[in-house]
Amino acid sequence: MNPSIADRYPKRRSLGHNRARDAREWLIHGILLLAASLGILVTAGIILSLARETVAFFRQVSLVEYLTGTEWTPLFATRKFGIWPLVTATALTSGIALVVAVPLGLTAAVYLSEFASPRARDVLKPALEVLAGVPTVVYGYFALITVTPFLQRFIPGLSTFNALSAGLVMGIMILPLVTSLSEDAMAAVPDSLREGAYGLGATRFEVALQVVFPAALSGIVAAVILSLSRAVGETMIVAIAAGQNPTLTLDPRVPIETMTAYIVQVSLGDTPYGSLGYLTIFAVGTTLFLLTFVMNAFSFWFVRRFREVYE
Amino acid sequence: MIEAVPAATLFRPNLAMRRLKGAVFVLCGVTSISVGLATLTLLLADVLQRGLGWLDWQFLTSFDSRFAAQAGIKAALYGTAMMMVFTMLVALPLGVMAGVYLEEYAPESRLKHLIQVNIANLAGVPSIIYGLLGLAVFVRGMGLGRSVLAGSFTMALLVLPVIVVTTQEAIRAVPGSIRDASYALGATRFQTVWHHVLPYAFPGILTGNILAASRAIGETAPLITIGALTFVPFVPESPLDRFTVLPILIFNWTSKPQAEFHDLAAAAIIVLLGVLLTLNASAIILRRRLRRRF
Amino acid sequence: MNRTARFMVVSLLTAAALAAMACGGGGKGDESRTGAEAPQVAKPAEPANKAELAQLRGDIVADGSSTVYPVTQAAAEEFRRYAPNVRISVGISGTGGGFKKFCNGETDISDASRPISPSEREACAAKGIEYIELPVAYDGLAVVVNPRNTWATCLTKAELKKIWEPEAQGKVTNWKQVRDSFPDKPLKLYGAGTDSGTFDYFTEAIVGKEKASRGDYQASEDDNVLVQGVASDEAALGYFGYAYVVENPGKLKVVAVDNKGDGTCVAPSFETVRNGTYQPLSRPIFIYVKKTSASRPEVKAFVNFYLSKSFTPLIQSREVGYIALPDEVYQAVAQRFNAGITGTLFPNGAEVGATLDRYLK
Repeated sequence: MNPSIADRYPKRRSLGHNRARDAREWLIHGILLLAASLGILVTAGIILSLARETVAFFRQVSLVEYLTGTEWTPLFATRKFGIWPLVTATALTSGIALVVAVPLGLTAAVYLSEFASPRARDVLKPALEVLAGVPTVVYGYFALITVTPFLQRFIPGLSTFNALSAGLVMGIMILPLVTSLSEDAMAAVPDSLREGAYGLGATRFEVALQVVFPAALSGIVAAVILSLSRAVGETMIVAIAAGQNPTLTLDPRVPIETMTAYIVQVSLGDTPYGSLGYLTIFAVGTTLFLLTFVMNAFSFWFVRRFREVYE
Repeated sequence: MIEAVPAATLFRPNLAMRRLKGAVFVLCGVTSISVGLATLTLLLADVLQRGLGWLDWQFLTSFDSRFAAQAGIKAALYGTAMMMVFTMLVALPLGVMAGVYLEEYAPESRLKHLIQVNIANLAGVPSIIYGLLGLAVFVRGMGLGRSVLAGSFTMALLVLPVIVVTTQEAIRAVPGSIRDASYALGATRFQTVWHHVLPYAFPGILTGNILAASRAIGETAPLITIGALTFVPFVPESPLDRFTVLPILIFNWTSKPQAEFHDLAAAAIIVLLGVLLTLNASAIILRRRLRRRF
Repeated sequence: MNRTARFMVVSLLTAAALAAMACGGGGKGDESRTGAEAPQVAKPAEPANKAELAQLRGDIVADGSSTVYPVTQAAAEEFRRYAPNVRISVGISGTGGGFKKFCNGETDISDASRPISPSEREACAAKGIEYIELPVAYDGLAVVVNPRNTWATCLTKAELKKIWEPEAQGKVTNWKQVRDSFPDKPLKLYGAGTDSGTFDYFTEAIVGKEKASRGDYQASEDDNVLVQGVASDEAALGYFGYAYVVENPGKLKVVAVDNKGDGTCVAPSFETVRNGTYQPLSRPIFIYVKKTSASRPEVKAFVNFYLSKSFTPLIQSREVGYIALPDEVYQAVAQRFNAGITGTLFPNGAEVGATLDRYLK
């Protein structure tokens, strides 16, 4: 295990063994530890606030139906509680987003890291970061009001709400994330590797693709997974542009409803408090939380396992 | 018998072809970036075209109204500003402290690993879940009602992971020689951190905080869930007062039947984007200005 | 390369600026819009107690239905012209969300697009919250088609049921299936999101059972989107609040409804909704006032203002878009409020074709 900074400089008593100063150090250490443990506290808080209602939900709906059912109509007169329409909708929109963001983002990252001059990088990198800063409400309406009508001219059968526009716009939104994280991973590759390759007569493109990229691969994979979990958790773009019809389909031209859009719809709507319809918010929320948790944990593990350490 | 083949004929450098591939790739790289920037431009042009005509002093200083000609964003602007101030007041110290602990104080242990995994995961939790948490803990549990304070605490939790992670990275970039020198002179851990590490890491920490702030400004879903109201014809007078924010106002105006409100929403978007661009620009300028070279 | 990059960024930004200036769209000047039917807006009377109102101070919190929101917002705005120190805020948590907060004691007024349900009454009783039920306006749900739709001028309730009932899912997809004399064109449907009072009411009124509907239609909580959908699709049929019809003249064509199947087709208009002939798609909308709040002077003054001739003529204005109740009903409801009569006159929750005569007794 790599020793952390704290390990390299072990705790010591102050010079002159000043007890007041030692006590102060100890106190500060405690306060900082409390601040850091907020991370665990918040997770615990989220789990607790979701758990009670989720348990109440599963007392009324069987887990088997939830995990295997293919229709989601909890607010209709005949209720069905299969989660798959929501999950496939999330997967569809996130998949489209990745198809846009990963190729474009990685290409941009390699370009910025290995080819662009420092001056160009200074201009382009912040410009891309602006993309990440645009509020998602704005993106959502852009998808609905501009992108969809534009695409409807070329794609017959594209309805007003569809996964394609939402996915495309989401892809543009997470593009800077992919670029930024991948570029960080590539920047961490020491120059000695590059210099060695240049010394053997490789061109810039060969160095980028055959030396730097593989060396940074674990970080790049982590970047893609983190961007995926960002896409999965995205709310407003899909709530506005993808629709409110839970349908089990892989057709990107029809209206669908993702997990996050469903939560927004019911939170803002007219369902009476405490009813089964209300409890579905928490069941879906828990599913969402677990999904993103697994993805993030996997990405964390992946980096630790496969990271090439150059010291 | 094997004839000796001169080495020169075996090795074909083929430099032109390889250089060409590189040039093609550069084109691809520029194109990728252009796609992103072109979309941004398209979005900006669309919003500017619809909203610019409505943007004037009266728009910025009036309250909301059912008459489009009289409606303005004053309450939303104050609400956004107030909420941001309190959010950063809470999130900045907590986030920096947590980051400092994780980098400078925590030995490699299960606890540290657990905290880091949790924080990394929290960064990816959908914002509406923070809204549900805030509703339960701050609005109801602490009895703050739907006040600026409840909203700020909820948003602080939302941006905390970002601040912690950027603080950690900024601290990690501090060269070990600085610490070595400080400890060699007999400084305690806190003295080293406060007087040497933090000042060096300050630009990175500042950038991280500004980016966190700009994330918080644009969030809609959690604030709707904790009940930031929509029609608020007054300026919040204290942190315990009710409030509204720009994204919620935009969301509300776009659903009104009168078409002028859609253009008004575009004008509000221009203001919001303007604020965000200013924040981002200041982050970049500060990052460059304050960067020290060793 | 840095020169290229810089050139790219600068040219993109210039293009954006030029585009913005060239297509410089609507400013404050373009305000000439006429409604499909010029709403009869009488001038509201000045309140008699202006001096008292100017002295009032306090906070009022209203929350609930997004349907009732425009009415309460307008009332709050008008009231504040006379009582500028009373701070009224209005939210849109939805009828259910509003009741949840109301029965928790967190709001003074709950906006509701339907009467309080039995389970919500229990929740209020459990916390000791007494409420005064006050209808404030009518909302008409219009059935609309594209202007180029020449065939559907009147639909019977039975035909609408055939189109929207759950069994129609995947099966009724063509206009010819609705009525044989209709042309052979695909049927595209647009309607309210499943978590709205509009959806609940429409399904109860047309299909006969609340929330019983087919699922394969374009649903949206944002009625503007539905307007756009119907306006751009020749074969479309949709339903949403009348206010959106008034606001989009020329883009939509209203369909008359034959409630009893006897040939009397009634189209929605301010008159027909108000006098109850447009059925079954007119419904009353309510505000619920907490009894303990009602004793506060600012709340009392506000609610009385809301129900008085100083405000009710504005309900049918373009900016609000709902239908005012008959004068006798407003007077009776105001009496009910001032007498502090609690409880609901809708013991079973929402009713289709409800008349408000019960308030006159």
